[in-house]
Order: sequence, then structure tokens, then C-alpha cells
Amino acid sequence: MMELNPANAKRWSRIGSRATFGLVALELGNSIDDLMILTADVSTSAGLDRFKKKYPEKYLDVGIAEQNLVGIAAGLASEGVVAVTTTFAPFQTMRCCEQIKVNLGYMKQKVSLVGLASGLVLGTLGYTHCCIEDLSIMRSIPGITVVSPADCGETVKAIQAAIKHHQSVYIRLTGGTNNPVVFENDYTFAIGKSIKLADGDDVAVIATGAMVYEALEVATLLESVAISTAVHNMHTIKPIDVDAISEICETSKLVVTVEEHSVIGGLGSAVAEQLAQIENSPPQLILGIPDRYGQGGSYEDLKRDFELTKDQIANNIIKRFQQII
Amino acid sequence: MKNRELELKKIEGYARRMRKHILAMSLAAGGNSSHLGGGLSIVDVTATLFGSIMNYDGSNPNWEERDRFILSKGHGCLGYYAALVESGAISVEEVTTFEETGSNLIGHPVMNREIGIEFSNGSLGMGLSLGIGVAIAGKRRTQGYKVYVVLGDGECNEGSVWEAGMSASHFKLDNLIAIVDRNNFQQTGTGRDIMDMGSIAEKWISFGWETVEVDGHKYSDLYDVFEKGTIPGKPLMVIAHTKKGKGFDFSENNNDWHHAVLTKKQYQSALEQLENCVVR
Repeated sequence: MMELNPANAKRWSRIGSRATFGLVALELGNSIDDLMILTADVSTSAGLDRFKKKYPEKYLDVGIAEQNLVGIAAGLASEGVVAVTTTFAPFQTMRCCEQIKVNLGYMKQKVSLVGLASGLVLGTLGYTHCCIEDLSIMRSIPGITVVSPADCGETVKAIQAAIKHHQSVYIRLTGGTNNPVVFENDYTFAIGKSIKLADGDDVAVIATGAMVYEALEVATLLESVAISTAVHNMHTIKPIDVDAISEICETSKLVVTVEEHSVIGGLGSAVAEQLAQIENSPPQLILGIPDRYGQGGSYEDLKRDFELTKDQIANNIIKRFQQII
Repeated sequence: MKNRELELKKIEGYARRMRKHILAMSLAAGGNSSHLGGGLSIVDVTATLFGSIMNYDGSNPNWEERDRFILSKGHGCLGYYAALVESGAISVEEVTTFEETGSNLIGHPVMNREIGIEFSNGSLGMGLSLGIGVAIAGKRRTQGYKVYVVLGDGECNEGSVWEAGMSASHFKLDNLIAIVDRNNFQQTGTGRDIMDMGSIAEKWISFGWETVEVDGHKYSDLYDVFEKGTIPGKPLMVIAHTKKGKGFDFSENNNDWHHAVLTKKQYQSALEQLENCVVR
């Protein structure tokens, strides 16, 4: 049911990553006896209504109480239960941040955390419901793996991998319904191993989450002005793929990171931390959301405000590239 | 079939020996100080639980069927470690390593199930949620273990305690027993001055818990309430009225002993008081 093929990729893309999570949940409910999925009154937003009906004994709603959500999940995990929690990304990562630190990081209780609708997709609801800080915060807690899938197909693989992973994983879901497809056919997904989607030796664009699709579009635009562009899907922010970054440094004149996240502490920072340790590393252009909360608005409008549309990204890269060559 | 009088005598001895270990740990902490006050206020509760009530085997702290104990008020760890020492889970030699670099026993519990420390606690307001997860797991697997969680009254200022509290009754966790160490102090003053919580008992009742108030230093009160246990479909809250620093004339009800240095002189005096039962 959850095999990645063109038909499924299209179907999942249409319903978006949250509803896709709901489908994965059904498969997990079927295959894992000791599974529990916990939410904070967001079953409908997490695509979990069918799961709730089919596996009521594997579902727990703690109400709008995210600290209790993570605490209970950790208590369950300590008794060997396969625990998954989910709510909207800001609440999943920030309201219960200390519980994540103490229970999952410090005590190493294994829980998979699924952050819904991260980034700017809920911009019409304002910044209380956008999340531009989660990669940075989760990354800073020892013992938490951080994954940001590129599309709905990768969302399926990320959740399946997280369940088997040796430590807690935060999975950041971005994009809305009709989430563009990056992966149509099956491929090997491994936590910590980025995926090169296009080759090029002028610019390397490292992107994550919904920005990966934009990065592919950007590469096409750059190629049309004779800038040879590689595209890398950095789905795992922590542990970052150090080998891939080393290789990128050897083969590129400019490294560009693109994320639907603050320029502070996310993908860009994680890559910069590596570049800082590499002799003669190329310059890096960090594209993301500047250090401010903007006005509310549609997903497309907010991306435009922050210069995260493909045209704007391409223009910024061209400008920077011309300064280097 | 337990003999109540024998059990009460057993608990009294357990508590007395625990107080000796606590004094030794506090002395070992030296200039680092220790949370003596909050450790002493829970001694009689933990002595009753570990010394009699809990289904627990110190020689096998990871026993699947054990009753679980969670010290949510992690700074009360002296009253926890001492119980684990008396149970046999922690060796008495470890007592003097308290707060040494690399010790298993530091100022807040660090999870170590080989020696009976269930979870790392210290950041207040988190232990009850953990206990709820453990209790739910037990019910799911129809395991008969009970879960005991000790909270501080100051700790009940934390909103997360109430998130947990409302959910425990919602989930009908009658395998969960929580104890609030109602010593009426918190770090920098009395509870009434810092954040007046009024009747803690009424609050827990309104959150759907079967709630009983006891003298937290009277073994018969404690034994009876824990032996009686929960009623079907409801978690049990025991409000234990206690004295911070209970047991010694210099520390009892004296909030200076929230976190302080125990001098050799005080240590000797305390030992004598234990011998003579100067303060009961």
C-alpha cells in the first residue's frame, strides 16, 4: 500500500504530507503490535481519523497539552512501546522543548516526533502557526535526529526509517496539499545520507523539505544561463552528511543552502559549521527566512516576501556567483 | 497476609537507617551542599513504600513486575537514594560517593535502572507525565504493577503537573498513586508567600483524583492509605503533610536547609538525635 511508485507519488502529493502521514500510520498500526500514536487534539489535522477508528487501542489523545504529550510518550517508550507523537510543528517542538530535552535527549527514551505543517504553509493563520525555528532548536538537543523530507514519498520513507532508528527522531513536514513530487520512483532512503538529484560543477544547491523541489526548478533556470548546478536533497539535518559536504566543497565554486526556515541555526548553519572546518572551502550563500516574523499571508505570498520563489532564489544565486567568478 | 504491627515496626527501622544514610550523603557533599530539607521531608513516605508497600526486589531492580517509583521532585533524591540503599539496589559503599565526579548518585537522580533509579528527574513538573505513560503501558499489557510518583508542593506550581493530573483521571488510571510532599516550603520561601496554592487537596479532587490527606510522618497513616490503594477507575492522590528537614532540631521546618552544607558538628549532633530519638 505504501510502495513508492508514480501512481502513489501522485496520490500522496495531492493529499499532502499530513494526510500521507495518516496513511503511513495505518500501515504501522497493521504491522507493529506495540505501537502507540499520541496527539494533542489534532487527529483531523494529522490525517489520523482512520487510524483512530481502526486502532483505538493504539491511539491516545492527551488534549491540548504538549508537555504531557511528550512526557507520556517517553513513559510509554521506557516500557518498550513504539511511541509516535504528532501535533503542529511549533507546538511539537517548542511548547514541550524541555520535555524533549530531558526525556528524549538526556534520558534517551526513543520517541518519533512528527511536526505538522512546518515552515510557512499555514501563513494565513499567522506566525503562531508557522514554524521557522524547529530545525535550529531540535538540532541543538543531543540525542535527537532531525529529518526534513522533500516530498510526500520521502515523508513515507522518513517515518518508516524513524520508527526503526536507534534514537528519537524529529520529522519536519513541510508543504501543503498538491505538494510537488520530487521522487516518483522507489529509491533508497537512509537517515544521514543526502541524495544528489542533479550534477553540476559551478554551484551546489543544498536544499531541504519543500525547498528541494524549488531547488530543482532553480537548477533549470541557472543551467539556462550557463551556470552548471548540482542539487542535493539534504533530508537529514542532523546528523548532517559530512562526506557529501566535503565532496561538494571539492567540486563547487559556490555552495548555496535553501530552507523554509530561519537563516539562524537550520540547514544553512549546519552546512556552514562543516564548511568552517574544511580548508579552502568555497563561499556559502544561506537562503532562508530572515530573523523576523513577517505579516500573515498565503504560502506563496510569504515565500515571495522572503525571496524563496524559484525566480528569486535563482536571481540571488546569479548575483552571488557573479561576484565570485 | 501482612501483619500490620510488624510492618509498621519494619518501616520505622527502615526510616531510621535511611536517615543515617542521608546524613552520610549530606556530609559527603561537603561544600557542594545538598537538598537536605526536601530529602528528609519524604523519608517516611519512601520508607513506607520501599520498606513495606511496594512489590519490589532490591536485588533485582529491573524486575518486570516491580512496582515503579518516580521521584518527580528530583531534588528530594536523598530520600530516594537512601531507600534504594536499604532495599539493596544501591550498595552502601556508594553512599559516600554522593556528588563526586562520576558518581552514580548526584544532586538529582540520573536514570540508572541497574541500581533502581527509574528516571532522571530534577526539572520539576515532568515526573507525573512519565508515570502516566508507565501506567498506561502497564494497563495495555495487563501487567499488575503500580506506579508511585512523589511530587513537591512547590512543584505543583508547574502547569505541566496539571496537564498530567487531568489526564490521569481522564484515562482512569487506577494503577497510579501520586504523593504530594506538602511541606509548605519551596526554594525561596513558604508556599503561601511565593505562590499560594490554597487547598492542594481540593484542587486534586476537582481534577478527578481520589484524594486523601495524611500525616506524612505517621507510619500508620501512610501504611493504611497505601495498603487500601486506589478505587476502581480513579488514580489516588495522597497529600502527605510533612515538615521540611524532618528529624533533626536544626533542620526541621527551617527553609535554610533547602540546599545547604552539613557541617561535621551538625552531622554528629544529628546522629546523636537519631540515637536518642530527640525529634520524632
